[in-house]
Amino acid sequence: MEPILLKNVGRPDSHRLEHYVQSGGYRGIQNALKLKRDTIIQMMKDSGLRGRGGAGFSTGLKWSFIPKDPNLDKYLACNADESEPGTFKDRVIIEHDPHLLIEGIMIASYAIGAATAYIYIRGEYEFGARRLEQAIEEACANGYLGRRIFGSDHNLDVIVHRGAGAYICGEETALLESLEGLRAQPRFRPPFPALAGLYGKPTVINNVETLACVPSILDRGPEWFAAIGPQKSPGPKLFGVSGHVKKPGVYELSMDVTLRELIFDHCGGMRDHRAFKAVIPGGASAPMMPAADLDTPLDFESIAAKGSMLGSAGVIVMDESTCMVKTAFVINRFFSHESCGKCTPCRDGTPWISQILKRIENGQGREGDVELLESLCTGIFGRCFCALGDAAVMALRGALTHFGEEFAYHIAHKKCAVTN
Amino acid sequence: MLNEKTLKAIRNLEKDYPDKRSLVMGALWAAQRCGSGVLTKEDLESIAERLDISPVEVQAAATFYTMYNVLEPVGRYHIQVCHNIPCNLLDAEQIVAQVEKSLGIKNGETTADGKFSLTTVECLGSCGTAPMMQINDEYYENLTADKVDQILESLE
Ligand SMILES: Cc1cc2nc3c(=O)[nH]c(=O)nc-3n(C[C@H](O)[C@H](O)[C@H](O)COP(=O)(O)O)c2cc1C
Ligand code: FES
Repeated sequence: MEPILLKNVGRPDSHRLEHYVQSGGYRGIQNALKLKRDTIIQMMKDSGLRGRGGAGFSTGLKWSFIPKDPNLDKYLACNADESEPGTFKDRVIIEHDPHLLIEGIMIASYAIGAATAYIYIRGEYEFGARRLEQAIEEACANGYLGRRIFGSDHNLDVIVHRGAGAYICGEETALLESLEGLRAQPRFRPPFPALAGLYGKPTVINNVETLACVPSILDRGPEWFAAIGPQKSPGPKLFGVSGHVKKPGVYELSMDVTLRELIFDHCGGMRDHRAFKAVIPGGASAPMMPAADLDTPLDFESIAAKGSMLGSAGVIVMDESTCMVKTAFVINRFFSHESCGKCTPCRDGTPWISQILKRIENGQGREGDVELLESLCTGIFGRCFCALGDAAVMALRGALTHFGEEFAYHIAHKKCAVTN
Repeated sequence: MLNEKTLKAIRNLEKDYPDKRSLVMGALWAAQRCGSGVLTKEDLESIAERLDISPVEVQAAATFYTMYNVLEPVGRYHIQVCHNIPCNLLDAEQIVAQVEKSLGIKNGETTADGKFSLTTVECLGSCGTAPMMQINDEYYENLTADKVDQILESLE
């Protein structure tokens, strides 16, 4: 596939405005400014673009929920929190092609009528945050941002807002709370952010990669975009592959690629001549999939049909030397650490699960522990304020479903069946 | 007390938000970066005063986020080793052990001279180059035990 999102990555000075313009950049926004807002939103719907932040929601539909009243302030929030374990794709765009993101933000802001856009970037990405600030300065200096952009009557300020270490800030309503200077705890919905978001005003929240897809749709047309890859999951997609593969990294592919092709063709197969054991296809929240599922294409529906989710497309590959009890523990430790404390099932349930997994891992598991874990899963799933608790359960259930015998072995023999 | 550099940074943020409360995170960052690296009770109180909110609201925000060093100082070099699953698969535990051995401290501790602190942290978005660690603002990737020692030695 012709690279679209990564086409500038690896070129010298790819982060500079001059380079971006030379590569055809800032044509999409100039096309957009000649169109009616509704036309752009229709183009987004026609393109079939689905959100790359995890849920795969139609971007055009999301933008269409914003009220049209010109007297209402509206906001765009770009979700650059990228904290889902195994996910490192947005960082590549931010650091290597910040103007691609900025152009996407410009088009989205124009389409929904927002004059201010915030980029919420995780605090650890300080290098990326500076890159974005430099790029915004360059764009302002050239009259691309600020008042009357490209001579239109549209104004736009883009502001970089640094997070400070909290996974939950990636959840869109927690992100808004954080932007408002509060503890980042999710909000009750409804009202949805499209009606009452940042400062109670209509707000669109989009992921970095989603927005980075937008300029090409305005430049080359929605039909062109819709023709890339599977019909229901069109367009270029970034897959961040990590774990036991020979060539980990970020790959741009269409979503008809199968797990097998991604791991064995693109990533050079497994390292150290070990056999494949399992893969987590969409960041730590996504349930793991066994070898039997390797021929599944990486589109939203096909992965869901196998009981997992494409999520953030952080593909974590594990070989035969991996202990699944330990894997489950490390993943659950994360969710337990990141629970925001707002609702009881998640706040109290996730550390309890961690405690049980830890004792099983340490050879102190008790008979009945697996059943206890299962009952905790039932107690948490669907009963939490946001999807964090559900994610913790889904990840654990994946391990129990496919590798339950390893948990049983640990408990019965007080040691690991894999690493001994 | 907030120094002049911090106050200036906070003033610069004012135009970015319609509501002063939104400056909390930026103000905390400014105070931490432009100051001694630790946020004192007085810092939180002065931020509250500048933003017209109560000190407890600033404290509530500050203590929610792990990157703010509220009341507790960290070493001049804050070593944060990622221990989430992709790094763990490539033996992040060995990296933690190596730092502990080289510095003679345990996870969560600071060396007696105040130079180094060690913390294990969750995924830093660098899983394709695992195992990795962050020291202050810098990422160090594709680590091995030898590389860890070289990096630690290179820090003044
Ligand atoms: C616990 C949790 C963490 C999330 N973290 C992120 C994240 O780091 N980045 C992101 O873009 N979306 C994240 N999301 C999804 C966002 O809530 C939201 O759906 C997304 O940013 C919407 O953008 P999109 O439509 O462009 O995908 C997270 C969701 C949950 C429940
Ligand atoms: S797991 Fe270590 S950087 Fe992602």
